[in-house]
Amino acid sequence: MSVAAQALPPGRNALRARLSLLDAAVVGPLRQAPGRTLLAVLAIALGVALGFAVYLINRVAADEVQGASRSLFGLADLTVQSPGSGFDESLFPRLLRVPGVAAASPVVEVQVRLPGRERNLKLLGIDPFRAMQLQPALAGAGASTERQGQGLLAENSIWLSPAAAQSLELEVGDDLDVQVALDRVRFRVAGILPPGAYSQPVGLLDIGEAQWRLQRLGRLDRIDLRLAPHADRPSVRNAIAALLPPGTQVVTPGEATDDAVRLTRAYRSNLTALALVALFTGAFLVYATQSLAVARRRREIALLHAMGMSVREQLAASLLAGTIVGALGAALGVILGALVARAGLASFGADLGAGYFRGVAPALNVSAGEYLVFFVLGAGAALVATFGPAREAASVPAAAALKAGDEAPMAPRTHGRIALALFAAGVLALALPPLEGIALPGYVAIACLLLGAVFLTPSIASTVFARLRTDGPAWRQVAVAQLRGTARRATVSIAAVLVSFSLMVAMAIMVFSFRMSLEAWMQRILPADLYVRAGSAAAGAYLDVNAQRSITALPEITRADFVKFQDVLLPGERLPLTIIARPIHEPTAGQVIPIRRSATGPAPQGAIPVWASEAALDLRGFDVGTEFDLPIGGRVVRATVRGIWRDYERPGGSIVMNRDTFIALSGERTATTAALWLREGTDAEEFSGRLRDAIARSGDYDVAIPGEIRQRSLALFDRTFAVTYLLEAVAVLIGLFGISASTSSQVLARRGEFGMLRHLGVTRREIGRMLAFEGAALGAIGVAAGLVVGAIVSMILIFVVNRQSFHWTMDVHVPWGLLAILSLVLVGAAAATAAFSGRRAMGEDVIRAVKEDW
Amino acid sequence: MLELHDVARSFGGPAGRRVLDGVALTVMPGEYVAIVGESGVGKSTLLNLIAGLDVPDSGQLLLEGRDLARLGEDERTQVRRTRMGFVFQAFHLLPHLSIARNVALPLALNGQAGRAADDRVMELLEAVGLGDRASSYPRELSGGESQRVAVARALAHRPALVLADEPTGNLDPDNAAMILEVLRAQIKRDNAAGILVTHSAAAAASTDRVYELTRAGLTLRP
Repeated sequence: MSVAAQALPPGRNALRARLSLLDAAVVGPLRQAPGRTLLAVLAIALGVALGFAVYLINRVAADEVQGASRSLFGLADLTVQSPGSGFDESLFPRLLRVPGVAAASPVVEVQVRLPGRERNLKLLGIDPFRAMQLQPALAGAGASTERQGQGLLAENSIWLSPAAAQSLELEVGDDLDVQVALDRVRFRVAGILPPGAYSQPVGLLDIGEAQWRLQRLGRLDRIDLRLAPHADRPSVRNAIAALLPPGTQVVTPGEATDDAVRLTRAYRSNLTALALVALFTGAFLVYATQSLAVARRRREIALLHAMGMSVREQLAASLLAGTIVGALGAALGVILGALVARAGLASFGADLGAGYFRGVAPALNVSAGEYLVFFVLGAGAALVATFGPAREAASVPAAAALKAGDEAPMAPRTHGRIALALFAAGVLALALPPLEGIALPGYVAIACLLLGAVFLTPSIASTVFARLRTDGPAWRQVAVAQLRGTARRATVSIAAVLVSFSLMVAMAIMVFSFRMSLEAWMQRILPADLYVRAGSAAAGAYLDVNAQRSITALPEITRADFVKFQDVLLPGERLPLTIIARPIHEPTAGQVIPIRRSATGPAPQGAIPVWASEAALDLRGFDVGTEFDLPIGGRVVRATVRGIWRDYERPGGSIVMNRDTFIALSGERTATTAALWLREGTDAEEFSGRLRDAIARSGDYDVAIPGEIRQRSLALFDRTFAVTYLLEAVAVLIGLFGISASTSSQVLARRGEFGMLRHLGVTRREIGRMLAFEGAALGAIGVAAGLVVGAIVSMILIFVVNRQSFHWTMDVHVPWGLLAILSLVLVGAAAATAAFSGRRAMGEDVIRAVKEDW
Repeated sequence: MLELHDVARSFGGPAGRRVLDGVALTVMPGEYVAIVGESGVGKSTLLNLIAGLDVPDSGQLLLEGRDLARLGEDERTQVRRTRMGFVFQAFHLLPHLSIARNVALPLALNGQAGRAADDRVMELLEAVGLGDRASSYPRELSGGESQRVAVARALAHRPALVLADEPTGNLDPDNAAMILEVLRAQIKRDNAAGILVTHSAAAAASTDRVYELTRAGLTLRP
């Protein structure tokens, strides 16, 4: 027990004494600088709020995708599916005969375009009687023919899930036009499905009607299966797999759901990493605030020591102060986070505008456990951040501090070895592969690099301060001496700028590189004068042969390249690969797609030449020269990779092959898009009207010049990265706050010095200049180091994190102008912040400060 | 040299408390005077007026013939920089500057550097008995040594007027006596005018004459 505790009177008085001590050692210091305390609370709140909001949005997104996917399968134990063109319906009776299969429900599943609405809807063609066995909720959907003209079997009838009816604003009896190829097909809304049947927006119709009206005659996309109660599931699954044609798979609904969620995992994990960065910077701010508080309170702490407060009590008091800040910030943060998540979901949807979860209607329920976890995370981060400063506070030498006062010189402690160890750990992390498709080692490397840089800051500061010139005007001499004398405190400010600015630089370089690469990529893949786009892979809208003929017949068109996108499932894989069938020939392939590497020797005999995207290389190992089995048109052919190309559209991977070969193998003559070259002198915009007249079809399709497509894509890109701009702004504010907190605490501690200088004839302007110089010096060192660290972090983001998360590469483009402006603004703002903080130092009070003494 | 004529200063507006009223004082070069008085009678206010850190409500405050009350703040700052030196009770040495550079600070403020400035600093440090501590830092000095450095700093740029506010308030009697001796000797050597504000009778006794500030005004003690 400490001397102070022993001296306490018993009972209530003891409690009162403890509270008084608590007030002196814990609450008092927080109250003493309410502005700084509030900012530290807000910093933690901001970090927790961003982290919690991103977590909630991610969780809702995953829940929604999972729930929507799961609801498609009802009570099914297994599902047979084939992305893209589906499979022959003759498989259905064969599966029914497999021992152990108790019930089977065939499904035609088509993503249709809704003309005039600029959105898609998933249509499910089902056999109502069979589907009811797996989806009992359908029993209430008029699956029987009792309600003549309204049931699922009725002609031209469609039933909508509640989510579809709500989002399309349709009621029973309304008409719904859907697009098949380039034609409109009209359905009548015969009913709304009961809640619980399907949670996502879908339309349900009879399977025969679907095959006929959606031009899927003889084809199925899925067969949901329920097994007999005592069936041996693995053996039934094997028996089914043995019957499946190439490109078709049997999976459990859980596996299919996982696949749906996995598609967005990289995007979600990157958002989570960004949110953690926000929490890290928040914790760093608490560290900076507490460090400065310790520096400012040296004499006060020394006095408490002298009066009998033990080292352990001092440590506990500082940690308690940090915990109070953390708890307040975390409490505010979880409330803010839930509000931000709610607002974000309402405004942008579950993907914050990135377009991953279109059609998903998000709802947010937050459990008490989730609140608690993030509260503890925020408070814990603040506690950890306080530990270093708390130890320093506990080790203040009382006698020296009382004699020398607040301004006792503090030589920076150098941590070169720790910094080197962290850098080495970062390099090692870079050598590790991604974990479960998440670029975790890349993020660990970035964290090591940032922490290493923070530990290196004292050495950087000492080196630079030692080289600053000490001649010149008196105010500069004092400023340089001040910087050298308070180097340890200065390193906190520099580190705050370094961390925040390096993150900003990294994001700026990465986003700029990505945007420039995307723009250059679009220039390469959009070489034609005009584009017609009917749909995408696995969609019901396409350019049929008639439309293709109408287009090529136009005299203004000198060349028309028709492109087909089709998803296929490779043997043993669960995620589909997209085939891009287009006119392409080996000698000129580099003119058609942006090729990164090509095969040098001739292609193996009998193998079909294809060009694999970088994602196909990363995910499937399709390197130059790789041969693999490609299921196409119900059979398997041998394909060989002749080159690797950059594809920013399909992170799941794609291969490009010649369209004539594709048609010969699959018989599929439809196209998804057309690239058109016009006769010289033809006005593309004016011609697009005539093109529509020539096609003369009632459906929706896009006719666009490349510039429009690029503009739209870049707008989507900017929307996707909107959240990163917000984080950059937060990072800058945090950096400036670091300097402001440092300067204002020093200004308070240096009031006597400023008073003396004013007596000696130093003008307010010169004191302002001196503080601005100190602020600018701290800012400039932080900015310079931040530029270096940020550039390295950006390289990790570009070459490791992006590659591992999204499987694409990009060329490095440095936004020199932007970085120069940001650097100048930050250094200028640092100088202005310091000068502003010092304004009070130039007031009348400071003249009296020379009389203040202990 | 320094002349105060009918100087008055109030705080808290026209109806506020009148701290100084009708104060008159003249100090010639080479003269060293003390101002004593109880706490709260306005000694600090008077010192701030003389230093040009504050301006009187009425009256004249002439330093070398220039009325400080009529000068702008920048001009008064310039006067302090070039013509005045200060010694404070709490020393107020800059902790991150060496002793020599602390003493050289007024010279630097007046644009004086180089050999002549270095010589002047060393001359003063020798004079206050700290010639061998030029490269030390304030944290390495005792209170008496710190105040001797402060005296050297106050005189470095050869000011016309030296203002010392309780310079021995933080010191033991031996050190106090030494400081008073050094201060007087240096003021006399440089033919400066010196004003010492103090509570200490012993300190006051080291000056040429003693004025007492009371609510009634500033009067010369017999």
